[in-house]
Amino acid sequence: MSNAPRYMYRSWWKITGILLLIYTFTAGLLGSVPKLPLLQETIRNLYFHVCMWFGMMILFTVSVVQAILYLRKMDRKHDLASRHYAGTGILFGLLGYSTGSIWAAYTWADPNVPFAESFSTIARDPKLIGAAISLLVYFAYLVLRDSIADIDRRARISAVYNIFAYVILFPAIWILPRVLESLHPGQDGNPALDVKNDISPSMRMVFYPAVIGWTLLGVWISTIRIRIELLNEQKRTT
Amino acid sequence: MIRAIWTLFKKDLLLEIRQQYSFYGILLYIFSTLFVLYLSLESPEPQVWNGLFWVIQLFICINAVAKGFMQESRGRWLYYYTLAHPITMVLAKLLFNTLLMAIMSLISLILFRLFLGSPFSDGFRFLGIVLLGGCSLSLVFSFLSAVAAKAQQNAAILAILGFPIILPQLILLLQISAGQFNEQPTDTTVSIALMLGLDGLVILLTTILFPFLWKE
Repeated sequence: MSNAPRYMYRSWWKITGILLLIYTFTAGLLGSVPKLPLLQETIRNLYFHVCMWFGMMILFTVSVVQAILYLRKMDRKHDLASRHYAGTGILFGLLGYSTGSIWAAYTWADPNVPFAESFSTIARDPKLIGAAISLLVYFAYLVLRDSIADIDRRARISAVYNIFAYVILFPAIWILPRVLESLHPGQDGNPALDVKNDISPSMRMVFYPAVIGWTLLGVWISTIRIRIELLNEQKRTT
Repeated sequence: MIRAIWTLFKKDLLLEIRQQYSFYGILLYIFSTLFVLYLSLESPEPQVWNGLFWVIQLFICINAVAKGFMQESRGRWLYYYTLAHPITMVLAKLLFNTLLMAIMSLISLILFRLFLGSPFSDGFRFLGIVLLGGCSLSLVFSFLSAVAAKAQQNAAILAILGFPIILPQLILLLQISAGQFNEQPTDTTVSIALMLGLDGLVILLTTILFPFLWKE
């Protein structure tokens, strides 16, 4: 019970993540980007905003896989992992939402109007609706979790809700942009953007490492929280 | 299996007929909500009508479906455990809740038509959409009420758990029904197929996940 999985103690992937992020920041802020009307230099936000969403989706997927593993094996470790990967996913989602809506306020809306004024029109965009829905679902997951006192019951019920929410949510988010109009790149039912056609080759060279770097950072944060939780539990039992 | 579902369904129906207070309670809820709406706005625009109609459906659904699993006491759960397979149990509940919600949707549509007018052009078509929407809502909320009941929580948590999950379907429904307000109803085959697909997904997930909730 006390021992976390081995990979959590390894340092090679943490160092890789940090190196990739250093590369992201230097190449992302100094490298050349295509000058597009409207977007101009804000296009560099791609390395941060879009990576947050990729990271969030990956972390939520890890969380649901851990929930399935919990229901199969009934091992508390999977439950803790599921909870903390979801928590870091929410953090990434919040960052993605804020970086995205500020970006949108300067590109979709009139940049001279304060952000707070134009937010209500931006938030109606299907991509932002989808993002808000997924954050609400995972907040509900945390509320449900904390409302149950019994540890095993809590683990089981929140795993069930996690799986149900994930499986309903992701097709729905994929469907929504098909039926509603959007300003966001990646039209025609694509959930975020078409990496192959929307991003120039030089930007892709930064974008892919950035996604991996941010995701590794997310995994690192989650594993630290899982390890803290395991140590606390160990302290309580001894 | 089918017979077991049918028996459990009849049990729920019988319970409902014997204890009619909850049925009339929901009816009264529909009527009073509508009366409040009727007094607060006269002849709403189609868009407002649409939004109000589906939001009211959502609240009716929570009230109608919530008690499906919550009325069962812990002892009775254990008793059922000895009698029935969890999948038959949950399918019977889904069937019953869907029927209940279909009746409630029908009643609220009639009341909406009487009090707030009808922006839609083809009544029967719209009725079909309302029934489809009611069934979709009841399927999702049936499963979530099982989750809430097992978490020993009240109906308040049902709203927290359910609203974000139901939102995509609700947006689809709003879209489909808004298409019925023109003289020439827009083609909604794709959206309706998507709704049916999501319903199928919900049923599938419910049958897979309910046995895990059922275990103590």
